[in-house]
Amino acid sequence: MNDRSLVQVALYAAIFAVLGLLPKFDIPLAGGVPITAQSMGAMLAGVMLGPVRGAAAMLLLLLVVALGAPLLAGGRGGLAVFYGPSVGFIVGWVAAAFVAGAVMRALRTQPVFPAALLAAVLGGIVVLYAFGIAGLAMMTKLSVLDAAKASLIFLPGDTIKAVLVALVAQTVARGFPEALLSRAP
Amino acid sequence: MIALYLPGPSWAHRLPAAFKLGVLAAVSLLAVPFSGLAPMAGLVAAGLAVHAALGRQAWRRVALLRPLVPLLAILFGLHWWNGDPGLGASAVLRLIGMMLLANALTMTTRMDQMMDVIEPLLRPLGWLGLSPRAVALAVAMVIRFVPLLFGLWEALNEAHKARTGRRGGWRLLAPFCIQTLRLSHHTAEALAARGGTPKGARR
Repeated sequence: MNDRSLVQVALYAAIFAVLGLLPKFDIPLAGGVPITAQSMGAMLAGVMLGPVRGAAAMLLLLLVVALGAPLLAGGRGGLAVFYGPSVGFIVGWVAAAFVAGAVMRALRTQPVFPAALLAAVLGGIVVLYAFGIAGLAMMTKLSVLDAAKASLIFLPGDTIKAVLVALVAQTVARGFPEALLSRAP
Repeated sequence: MIALYLPGPSWAHRLPAAFKLGVLAAVSLLAVPFSGLAPMAGLVAAGLAVHAALGRQAWRRVALLRPLVPLLAILFGLHWWNGDPGLGASAVLRLIGMMLLANALTMTTRMDQMMDVIEPLLRPLGWLGLSPRAVALAVAMVIRFVPLLFGLWEALNEAHKARTGRRGGWRLLAPFCIQTLRLSHHTAEALAARGGTPKGARR
């Protein structure tokens, strides 16, 4: 891993943390329902950085959190989050970023918006929820079906976030194409 | 940035980090097969006792669990709905107990002590051409970048407010990504100018 990649990986881990520190966004799409921006970070890392660096950024974030930095939404952090009910989602960010990046790379000749939307949905929702629901069922001894029901509350918000990530990717591709590293040759 | 670590010369601070991590791992493995209410209540009591033994500031940190209350209530409700409130109670108590114990470790162990324990586990990354020192550098960069990027976001927000009178919100995401990439170019150049990413295995 060269200097530039290392800095980019650290940068997206930090972006993920900053998204959790921001006040909640009011999204007009959702009728003004405030949502936290943090879970967008995994989609964003994959879509922007590509599979390997995206997943590395999430691994680095988990390492810094485990070391004791309060970088998750609401100032949470430390080892306690790895013993919480949502540990599946937290670990799933790594896989989510990898899959989002891989989809983005596979569709690199396609227009940015649909490619990024598909990448964010497959990585940040399908893969992330598979991990999250399995983790929830394991940590709480609920059946997988019940765990899935409990996770559905987050689905509308995450769908909006996937659309936002695709919009951001498209804007970035227009304004500074070089920044979309997942599409770099 | 509010640190989760509480500085202090308590008995728990003096215990080696590797020992504390070992105990936490052992307890977490032991807590899985048990599902009776009594052992789980004991786990929560142990977690609370450790916080109480560490002083008033540590005791206040129990409140960190408060945002999880609605989620835990939903989980308990689902178990109740399925006709097994006992299992629900023990599952919720196990989660609370383990999170309290894990938090006690984070409160009493500095990040560099944790890094020292983790470093040997990172050594296999050397086979992928990534030195543990590069990982340590990346950790330091994340911690430094967070306040920097937060300031960058605030600047974008101020500019947006000056133009429109409203908060920027999600509209700032794209310019934020572009600005941060500029920043990463500068940082990478500065890093290269200082000899680049550490290559060796040892500090």
